[in-house]
Amino acid sequence: MAPTGAGKTLAGFLPSLVALAERGPQKRAAGLHTLYVSPLKALAVDIARNLDAPVAEMALPVRVETRTGDTPAHKRTRQISRPPDILLTTPEQLALLIAHREAAEFFSGLRCVVLDELHALVTSKRGDLLSLALARLHRLSPGLAAIGLSATVREPDELRKYLVPQGPLPSSPSAGAPSRSHAEMADTVSGPGANPLSRAGEGQGEGSGPSERGAISTRRAGAPDPEPSRPPPQPSPGPERGQIPPPMADLVIVAGGAKADLRMLDLGRALPISGHTAWHSMPAIYELIREHRTTLVFVNTRLQAEYTFQELWRLNDDALPIAIHHGSLDAQQRRRVEAAMAAGQLRAIVCTATLDLGIDWGDVDLVVNVGAPKGASRIMQRIGRANHRMDEPSKAYLVPGNRFEMLECQAALDAVEEAAQDTPDARQGALDVLAQHVLGMACADAFDPLDLYDEIVSAAPYAGLTWESFEQVVDYVATGGYALRAYERFAKILRGPDGLWRVRDARTAQAYRMNVGTIVEAARVRVRLGRTLRGKPGTVLPKTGRVLGEIEDEFAETLTVGDTFLFAGETLRFEGLAEDECLVTRAPAGTDPAIPSYAGSKFPLSTFLAARVRALIADPFAWDRLPKQIGEYLLQQRRRSVLPGERDLLVETFPRGKRYYLTAFPFEGRLAHQTLGMLLTRRLERAGLRPLGFAANDYGIAIWTTRDVSERAALDPDFIGDLFAVDMLGDDLEAWLDESAMMKRTFRQCAVIAGLIERHHPGQKKSGRQVTISTDLIYDVLRKHQPDHLLLRAARQDAATGLLDVRRLGMMLERIQGRIIHRSLDRVSPLSVSVMLEIGRERVYGEGADEILAEAEAELLQEALS
Amino acid sequence: MAAGLRLEKTHKHPTLMLAGETLVLDLCGGLWLPEHRTLIVSDLHLEKGSSYAARSGQFLPPYDTRETLACLHEAVVRHDPARVVALGDSFHDARGPDRMEPGDRAMVAALQEGRDWVWIAGNHDAAVNEGLGGRYADALTLGGLVLRHEPSPEPVPGEIAGHLHPCGKVAMRGRAVRRRCFVTDGSRLVMPAFGAYAGGLNVRDKAIDGLFPGGFTAHLLGDGRVFAIGRAQLARD
Repeated sequence: MAPTGAGKTLAGFLPSLVALAERGPQKRAAGLHTLYVSPLKALAVDIARNLDAPVAEMALPVRVETRTGDTPAHKRTRQISRPPDILLTTPEQLALLIAHREAAEFFSGLRCVVLDELHALVTSKRGDLLSLALARLHRLSPGLAAIGLSATVREPDELRKYLVPQGPLPSSPSAGAPSRSHAEMADTVSGPGANPLSRAGEGQGEGSGPSERGAISTRRAGAPDPEPSRPPPQPSPGPERGQIPPPMADLVIVAGGAKADLRMLDLGRALPISGHTAWHSMPAIYELIREHRTTLVFVNTRLQAEYTFQELWRLNDDALPIAIHHGSLDAQQRRRVEAAMAAGQLRAIVCTATLDLGIDWGDVDLVVNVGAPKGASRIMQRIGRANHRMDEPSKAYLVPGNRFEMLECQAALDAVEEAAQDTPDARQGALDVLAQHVLGMACADAFDPLDLYDEIVSAAPYAGLTWESFEQVVDYVATGGYALRAYERFAKILRGPDGLWRVRDARTAQAYRMNVGTIVEAARVRVRLGRTLRGKPGTVLPKTGRVLGEIEDEFAETLTVGDTFLFAGETLRFEGLAEDECLVTRAPAGTDPAIPSYAGSKFPLSTFLAARVRALIADPFAWDRLPKQIGEYLLQQRRRSVLPGERDLLVETFPRGKRYYLTAFPFEGRLAHQTLGMLLTRRLERAGLRPLGFAANDYGIAIWTTRDVSERAALDPDFIGDLFAVDMLGDDLEAWLDESAMMKRTFRQCAVIAGLIERHHPGQKKSGRQVTISTDLIYDVLRKHQPDHLLLRAARQDAATGLLDVRRLGMMLERIQGRIIHRSLDRVSPLSVSVMLEIGRERVYGEGADEILAEAEAELLQEALS
Repeated sequence: MAAGLRLEKTHKHPTLMLAGETLVLDLCGGLWLPEHRTLIVSDLHLEKGSSYAARSGQFLPPYDTRETLACLHEAVVRHDPARVVALGDSFHDARGPDRMEPGDRAMVAALQEGRDWVWIAGNHDAAVNEGLGGRYADALTLGGLVLRHEPSPEPVPGEIAGHLHPCGKVAMRGRAVRRRCFVTDGSRLVMPAFGAYAGGLNVRDKAIDGLFPGGFTAHLLGDGRVFAIGRAQLARD
């Protein structure tokens, strides 16, 4: 475990290089020895380059190759027949490799697998996919050593479990495979406490002392350990086992690393109450760029990247080379920026999370994080991008965009000071990913369901999978898992008389290969710069200009001709959609972009930072550490209303204009607040208070009504408490989930991952926009006719932590029971202003379609009457 | 009070005059002709879900036929029509009837019971739907109305057609609502698709827009009622 720059990646390869060097030159290919998996294709390529140097210098007899989506077909074929010693690849490519007919042979000699940036992988469905592949590797190659490389995390034990089988593995699925005892060997050698190093490491692994900052952890399991201690034999796998401590990989920690030089950018004057652009800080950021060699300017959203980039260029009198980098930009443009960065030609680069992970960007000596940090671990990662050397301090500034973000920045500073981590909890393996994997395993070879089940539950994220759920998944893969057995004769996998499941035909296997992966990109459309015909205003020539990048289909949907928005560093005018392209022209200089946003804040405020912000607010003695203006702001709030205690929920009600408002401050992140807003709106509707709408940000929500909530609360002292009662997560939630557009999006992702909707068909080129059939329609029909279907279960599981953050909302409701402080006010309080300013800024998905239609209808009536 | 109630009712399923005939635009997407006691539904696309399994191995939930028929059943119960006209593309493909579940088949038979049932030929299901009751026709004339699957390229007053699956999109304040709709210029009318899995074509697309050179009004199927939206308020995709 280490911040980037500690050299852990090369350390991860050291055992392999030593082993390969000792082995000496081979007459013929000895088979794959070491597999390296990285979350980024670019990272795999970068590491290959970095490995080539020492290998060449030491004249090691080692062949290193990469295998990514860009690897040409002939090279792929050759890699299978004559494998390199070390192969660097991605989780998706690994999934394809283990689904290959030759997989058992190909991996039989594998000694070592290195999983880089493991902390980043395990938090997503890609981590689930990788865990299943790892289980298969452990089975194909008993005695395999799995090494995870990770930044410091809150719960290192979760990663340690991830690396080793959580139960006994069946023998290799291929014919003539090693006997079962080998597999047990693999299990036992990777048991707990197998290596003295692990005991040394465990004491520091809990994550509270400053000692593990900058530590390196190389986790190893398996063969290299000469005298494994044998854990007691385990009962058959299943959710009920668990009394026995789960097997864990060893943990190696090397302390070290210089403390970061981290500060909040304080302009010494009042910040706005709302907004995230930090426009007021742009001159200061520009000055910092001038004073440093190379600056990385991190922002949270693409919109913010666009905005910041444009503002910096407005100030750029010295014409410093400043570039922009985010995931929507054209890939070629991104590559150019990366190359310029590596060559030291840039003074600053404005970027989103696309540059969070560990590619070595050369000589960065300053990191600036604009906007809310959102999470302590995230910010530490970003800081680590500066000064990619362990012994020099990384220098970084946090730049708050508003007063709340100041609180959040202070909370993050405190957390970094204590090296407190807030990485997310371990995942429960997703069922849609499992469905994809099961089909892949059928493509590799015939499978025995009992053996495959044992293999799957040996993967930590799936350790709790029940046999019934597994059977459902197999049934789903075979025929869709429908109560109405309509598709028996089209089954994708078939069970033979020998009890083994096999893939139906080559076409099915090909379809699997074309659709592997868990990253479901929102459907996107290319943005192409068109040319306006001179003398014929309004006519735009399509297909003439260059492609600037891609925007989400969903955003393009909301644009109407003439709308202006920021993209690729320019203000663009939307001219229409032509086929699958979004046609734009350059807006006249000085045009303010009209459409505020095409992606909300990407990361919700972490629970951990939220708690710290609440604690900061509750403790006036802590305000000394804050910029003076924020203390004054909080004092004002205390005078006009009240400051909630650390565990309290403040609810304010007040009139404004012709409406009545209710605001609440749970500090649980925008996603959870949006869900809360939907549910509270329903309750207020039932209580006859006629809510009209709501707005949410990371800190709180505001709901407006036509009837007076204060009055109702005065009549019924329990009213506010009942409004926030935990039972809101019962029927109301179910009812809302069923029709929520977010839920439909979640379902779409599950449907794509599980292969219900194939993104690509053999012999057919498809773009994201040509959706064969609307998943919304499918969702509506399915939930009505088979509400317990596997994919609906998968979608609900995702909703708990994903777009809807239901679990977090539930924890919040538990926390505040009996701790709600309600204030009826005459007018809006300082705290409430912050969330009131969100009104009209954020759109809320899926609600009130009829209101929009009614408004459009009224326009028609008006026309008719006038 | 009574007037208010009446207004609400007409709004939910508004009434139009076309070629001297009264049309009720039903929120379910069907068209009710009270004077002819006729219910028209277009583009049912039955067995669309199963067509994907047969063609490309994608197992879409096989409940779309059931769902479509359930909606139709609800409308039939409400209006008790003497005649039901399925305005073409009743099945998604010619093999659709073969793949139909016995239960769904029985449902069609029950709906047909005691009614004149007319299958208008569509482009997806030009052939006769074997083994299913009802009569077959290329087009049908009812009073001043002509019912056919594909709209004629030249204006035909009183023509009611389907085929195009019109959808209207309203975009406002960063939000977009896209719904199926009836489209009419007061002379002819294009019906929305009725099938649970039927997709939609934006009314501003040339294929629909071009049918109404003098402009049109789209009647969008909202959650609670039908909304009349002017062409100017409708966004392109």
